[in-house]
Amino acid sequence: MSTSTATQTEVKPKSESLFSKKNRKLLTDPLDGNNPITVQVLGICSALAVTVQMEPAFWMSVALTFVTAFSNLIISLLRNTIPSRIRIIVQLSIVSLFVILVDQILKAYVYDISKTLSVFVGLIITNCIVMGRLEAYAMANKPLPSFIDGLGNGLGYGLILMIVAFFRELLGSGSVFGFKVFEAAGIPFIGNGVMMIPAGACIVVGLLIWAQRARNGYTEAE
Amino acid sequence: MLIADSLINIAVKSIFIDNMIFSVFLGMCSYLAVSKKVSTAIGLGAAVIFVLTFTVPINWAVEKYFLASGALSWISPSLANIDLSFLSFIVFIAVIASFVQLIEMAVEKLSPSLYASLGIFLPLIAVNCAILGGALFMSQKNFTNIAEPIVYGLGSGIGWLLAIVALAAIREKLKYSDVPAPLRGLGITFIIVGLMAFGFLSFMGFELK
Repeated sequence: MSTSTATQTEVKPKSESLFSKKNRKLLTDPLDGNNPITVQVLGICSALAVTVQMEPAFWMSVALTFVTAFSNLIISLLRNTIPSRIRIIVQLSIVSLFVILVDQILKAYVYDISKTLSVFVGLIITNCIVMGRLEAYAMANKPLPSFIDGLGNGLGYGLILMIVAFFRELLGSGSVFGFKVFEAAGIPFIGNGVMMIPAGACIVVGLLIWAQRARNGYTEAE
Repeated sequence: MLIADSLINIAVKSIFIDNMIFSVFLGMCSYLAVSKKVSTAIGLGAAVIFVLTFTVPINWAVEKYFLASGALSWISPSLANIDLSFLSFIVFIAVIASFVQLIEMAVEKLSPSLYASLGIFLPLIAVNCAILGGALFMSQKNFTNIAEPIVYGLGSGIGWLLAIVALAAIREKLKYSDVPAPLRGLGITFIIVGLMAFGFLSFMGFELK
């Protein structure tokens, strides 16, 4: 978003500090302009399935951010030793390592959430965001930028998840993070069943994409 | 008679009621990316049916005889209290990835014409969530004999094919409609999928007795 003229003043890259312009851009780009869900169209499955309420959506975002960031880091460290013919299997096994870790932690500390998320924790393995970032970024870049890229994409995914879950929970069951908003305000609210079913998620995401593209002035070529 | 009944029930359930796309949204990435033309949609759908029909029963057997709690007791009774189910993710995905790789090599060797039409989709399949999702849902369903996971895999695949071909047909027609510019492409596709999911809700509660 920021102007490109500002980059001209910074000519010499002094050994890439952690908060250099490039690294910050890696972190913030996926939040809006290059969002994994609404622009890259990756990782849709779980975005639609776990957003009935905000709390599971929040844990899902945390889990995915963790997996993406660390598998990006590991793959980037190994990138010169992986033979390209079997790279998919190598990537899948490293990703599933982290997913097993996350699954066990969720089961141990937030068991109810882990039950609600059911198979979708396991499905992080085949989440296209993780695979997509590994293929597109970590296989060709240094470990630190890859880690930041993974973090940024995880956060971009989380942002969309939280927005969708906010509308679905507010309109579907009249609450935010389990807190009954309408009841607390004294407004009678019955709840909208459409938002609770998967079809509602599709429509919310569709409208969200519409709003974002209208704001950014982006149109898809047919 | 009883077995045939339950098999038909599993098939109807997996094709219509628990449709992979419309009720659990699995395999959405390739569903949205490859649904621009009916012909390619049929190719990918066929590949999904094929892979699901084989990987679900294989994973079922692996889980029953190796991973589940106490499953290793057939090797020696002393192994009866070992529970390897925490390994299921990595084992399932390894089975799927290696199966897909094997099939790709076999098809390339045996039937070049089939390879030409199906081959490009096979690598896509290994990372399709519908395949891993099929295996994970299968392990929640406690199937008792090998026929059930086969029918479940086949049915889920058919449901997926049905969904992608239907969406591709609608998107082919959509080219002639006047959609607001920012909604074009992805946005309107999502809304259409939502409306189609409403349609599939009408199968809810179906049961063959």
